Amino acid sequence: MDFRLNEEQQMLQDTVARLVRGEYSFEKRLEFSETDAGFSVDFWKQLGELGLTAVPFPEELGGFGGTGVEVQSVMTELGRGLCLEPYLQSVIFGGGLISQAGDDSQKEAWLEGIASGGLQAAVALQEPQSFYNLNDVETRAEKNDKGYLLNGRKAVVIGGHCADLILVSARTSGDTSDANGISLFALKADTAGIERRVYPTIDGFKGCDLTLNNVQVDAGALLGEEGNASGVIEYQSGRAIAALCAEAVGVMETANELTLDYLKQRKQFGVPIGKFQVLQHRMVDMMSELEQARSMAILAASVANEEQSDERRRVLSAAKNIIGRSGQFISEQGVQSHGGIGMTWEYNFAHYAKRLIMINHQLGDDDFHLERYASLLQAS
Amino acid sequence: MNMNYTSEELAFRDEVRAFLDEKLPADIAEKVKGFRHLTKEDHQRWQQILCKQGWYASHWPEEYGGVKWTPVQKHIWDEESCRYGAPRSIPFGVNMVAPVIIRFGNEEQKQTYLPRILSGEDWWCQGYSEPGAGSDLASLKTRAVRQGDHYIVNGQKTWTTLGQYANMIFCLVRTNTEVKAQAGISFLLIDMNTPGITVRPIITLDGAHEVNEVFFEDVKVPVENLVGEEDKGWTYAKFLLTYERTGLAGIGLSKAALSHLKELASRRLKNGRPLIEDTSFSQRIAKIEIDLTAAAISNLRIIASVEGGGVPGAESSMLKVKGTEIRQSINDLARRAIGPYAIPFVAEELSLEHEGEFLSDENAAPLSAYYFNNRKLSIFGGSNEIQKNIVSKMILGL
Repeated sequence: MDFRLNEEQQMLQDTVARLVRGEYSFEKRLEFSETDAGFSVDFWKQLGELGLTAVPFPEELGGFGGTGVEVQSVMTELGRGLCLEPYLQSVIFGGGLISQAGDDSQKEAWLEGIASGGLQAAVALQEPQSFYNLNDVETRAEKNDKGYLLNGRKAVVIGGHCADLILVSARTSGDTSDANGISLFALKADTAGIERRVYPTIDGFKGCDLTLNNVQVDAGALLGEEGNASGVIEYQSGRAIAALCAEAVGVMETANELTLDYLKQRKQFGVPIGKFQVLQHRMVDMMSELEQARSMAILAASVANEEQSDERRRVLSAAKNIIGRSGQFISEQGVQSHGGIGMTWEYNFAHYAKRLIMINHQLGDDDFHLERYASLLQAS
Repeated sequence: MNMNYTSEELAFRDEVRAFLDEKLPADIAEKVKGFRHLTKEDHQRWQQILCKQGWYASHWPEEYGGVKWTPVQKHIWDEESCRYGAPRSIPFGVNMVAPVIIRFGNEEQKQTYLPRILSGEDWWCQGYSEPGAGSDLASLKTRAVRQGDHYIVNGQKTWTTLGQYANMIFCLVRTNTEVKAQAGISFLLIDMNTPGITVRPIITLDGAHEVNEVFFEDVKVPVENLVGEEDKGWTYAKFLLTYERTGLAGIGLSKAALSHLKELASRRLKNGRPLIEDTSFSQRIAKIEIDLTAAAISNLRIIASVEGGGVPGAESSMLKVKGTEIRQSINDLARRAIGPYAIPFVAEELSLEHEGEFLSDENAAPLSAYYFNNRKLSIFGGSNEIQKNIVSKMILGL
């Protein structure tokens, strides 16, 4: 067994690491977060120019042909910098949905743009009532002679506020939580009838809720087979989960480094607070949680691009469950170890703490994935 | 053993309820119940109502305008006022500096400050913590040097809660550097409008402005503002801390937050069913409710033990740890109950004046911010680690 990255993978990770270190200081991150885009358009461009937004795409698209491991390398470093760019939403999730479900002309129209960073995609799969269950879809798409007419509402679309292309799930048949009957549509964001309510997120990103009010699209907007998108969505959300786990590991690594530094520097009662056993033990627990999370992120990356199976489902839910729990532990115990300073906007730790909690609210929290895991338990 | 309220206590509870029914402004209660920020005016309006009733200074002796409540009566007030959504009194004046002035201050200080606390003319804040002196309070560095009939104060205080509203601050200052750390500290009352004082906001991770830094540069403080004796401030500070630490367990607040959570979980859906019917979520709620029941009884046991006078000992430290952990887990569940809507941060929805449509529902907006903000519960008022140190020293003899 060998858990080391190969030379190419290591180079990839180093490239992203250098870029993040050079361009993404904490102070700049706060500034990027305040802009209309909510991220650094310049940094996003650089990721494109260096071919980093093409990592998961095949070589004929100028891509890297990267698998879960390459994606992991990129996402971990973006996590370390608490980067705000739509890599997860556009490249991994949006790009993945089009790659898997799109026909040749759709892939030709959009994938090159996504792979170069020139076209930004967002995914709008959840709804106000859906509570992480992506099969819980009330938005309806009715077939008509011009194509499809969409009506409904999509919730918490991260990056949707400035995306060019929005991938929307809508029901063409079936009841609210049937797996069958869900279709996937690629909507140009400026299509008439799409209303975006834009807001910042508590961890510094931007997103929106979408209201679809008689949105007429032509048949070319349908991605894949009508009524049959559930499997595609599940598969690609699995890739996104693996990527999110990798990001979380990067966030946790930095969070732990900041906390450890603080324990060594901060003095109380005449000694560095790291001399107190209770804080030592807590720091050890935080490191152990990180190692557990790292192991699961590696495992998740290893199945991200594998064929769909119950085993893949189990691994991804296990990983997301661990990431949710370890992330919350490191976030909360890190704040506690820092004392008051860990509660402040000015100090970077607080923002790592917030990101870790919010990662748990993306693509299913630890409870959601525990239940999913339990439902897939094998008798032996 | 009798765990029930006496008939007098029940009558008192009815009286409290009738008062809250009649006098608590509905708009303020709605803000409190929805975890929204209160304005200075909200606090002042409620204080006036309490004062008029004669119930504001529940820790004071009657001769100074206090109300003679037994510990059980105080507990009943705490429970009921939380349940109704009454604002917590800002404690720095009425519950912190006032008992110190009453116990250690001179007659003139009592005559000057106590009425102004009751009337709301003075808004006090606390000048204890410093950048280098949080849990290790005795290492504070702010200096006060006597020059004639004044002290000249230089230094910095931090985590000054609601200092932006205050016109008075009570401070621990170092008046003697020759003796051991605890021995050279004095307790000073300082007018915030004195030249040389600067207040700078600290923005917390939820974007809120609740705490401040306060800088002192050659601030002239009249010697008559010294409480008690010079260099004896540590004794007064410790006395004050016993007042601060009672009530930090927040049992009443937890009960109110728990019923808010249950209501929330009854309205939110998961797989088309109310979240409160979901097995794993309802078990999480159940576990917290059980923990809270135990903490509430522990709280009552402490209250009963001081019924005859005195202040609670190290038991209240254990209760602070448990109580704050419980409150934090309720906040955690409330955030979980709104699923992905925990992510958006729509600042205008934090105020009740918001007129547009709510993104999710009107209860969702403040929940994540509240969760993050209440991470402070295990840090302030003597961090939970410090409380455990107290217990291991005082009770276990370790």
